[in-house]
Amino acid sequence: MKKLFDLFITFAKMGAVTFGGGYAMLPILQREIVENKKWGTEEELADYYAIGQCTPGIIAVNVATFIGRKTAGNLGGVVATLGVVFPSVVIITLLAGVIEYYSSLEWVKHAFAGIRVCVCVLIFNAVLKLFKKSIIDIKTMAIYLIILACSFMFNISPVVFVIAAGFAGIILKVWAK
Amino acid sequence: MIYLKLFWEFFNTGLFAVGGGMATLPFLYDIADRTAWFSRQQLADMIAVSESTPGPIGINMATYSGYLTAGIPGSIIATLGLITPSIIVILLIAAFLNAFHDNKFVNGAFYGLRPASCAMITAAGFVVAHVTFINDNIHALSSWERIEWPALGLAVFLIVCTNFVKPTKKLHPVFWIFLAAIVGIVFKF
Repeated sequence: MKKLFDLFITFAKMGAVTFGGGYAMLPILQREIVENKKWGTEEELADYYAIGQCTPGIIAVNVATFIGRKTAGNLGGVVATLGVVFPSVVIITLLAGVIEYYSSLEWVKHAFAGIRVCVCVLIFNAVLKLFKKSIIDIKTMAIYLIILACSFMFNISPVVFVIAAGFAGIILKVWAK
Repeated sequence: MIYLKLFWEFFNTGLFAVGGGMATLPFLYDIADRTAWFSRQQLADMIAVSESTPGPIGINMATYSGYLTAGIPGSIIATLGLITPSIIVILLIAAFLNAFHDNKFVNGAFYGLRPASCAMITAAGFVVAHVTFINDNIHALSSWERIEWPALGLAVFLIVCTNFVKPTKKLHPVFWIFLAAIVGIVFKF
């Protein structure tokens, strides 16, 4: 019980001081989990990130589930994950109410118009990073272009793309050799 | 009933969004188009708030959109919906970690999934860019005049600063978000 409580508090603390998502959390995880709490090693963290990157869901959540499970079993995985999302839920819920209230003001509108420009750039940078890692040959380039074209031309659920791309990957990699 | 639907939509997002927080974006656009819960415009603002507050971006966006849809219970339910598939999948994977590592079918699937995820985020980026750089309200203008030139200028400046200029490259996104907000207020974007 004490261990579960410790997991929740530790992950809640990390959730509260991380800005910008899973990658920004890595240095904090290294300090808290590897050096302070000794719940895992550097190598394990790297593995968890690699798996978190290519499994469904938020990377930070995936890593929290892994470490929680390793420390205190399946329940530990659930508790660590709830810990890491707890500060987000509180902070965003408070902010969302305030922002909805102020969003009709002129200067707030101008501020958000400026911020949207920055958001475009941040997405552009995220795509650039991902592109370098995931488009590694002609086949992956083809998948990229086909999915991109399809998402502009047709109004299909992303779920369809994910399933189709998964099968395409298996066919290209396993049978087309 | 709205809670059940909210949970289901975000459960779906959590199950199929591969590659971290930004990967949820195409799914959120899909939800915005199919429901009246929140607009594409609100989504763009949501990303900015999520980037500049503590916590994983994907969680922040789920909490925010859940709040817009159904208040505080909505924010909790959307977040729980998003993380439930992650927890289940990771607990299963952790149990079979070694087998999973070397399976050629799993590797093949991810070989195809990664570029697809990248393509979907690119498409979502274009949607945000359209809202930001093209003025759709005044239809009398020529296409040349409908482009928001000051915004485009700021974007080029930010791309250069965050990718090519050594001293500013490592600065935190929150810094750029605040800078962009100030530029927006001063130049009345």
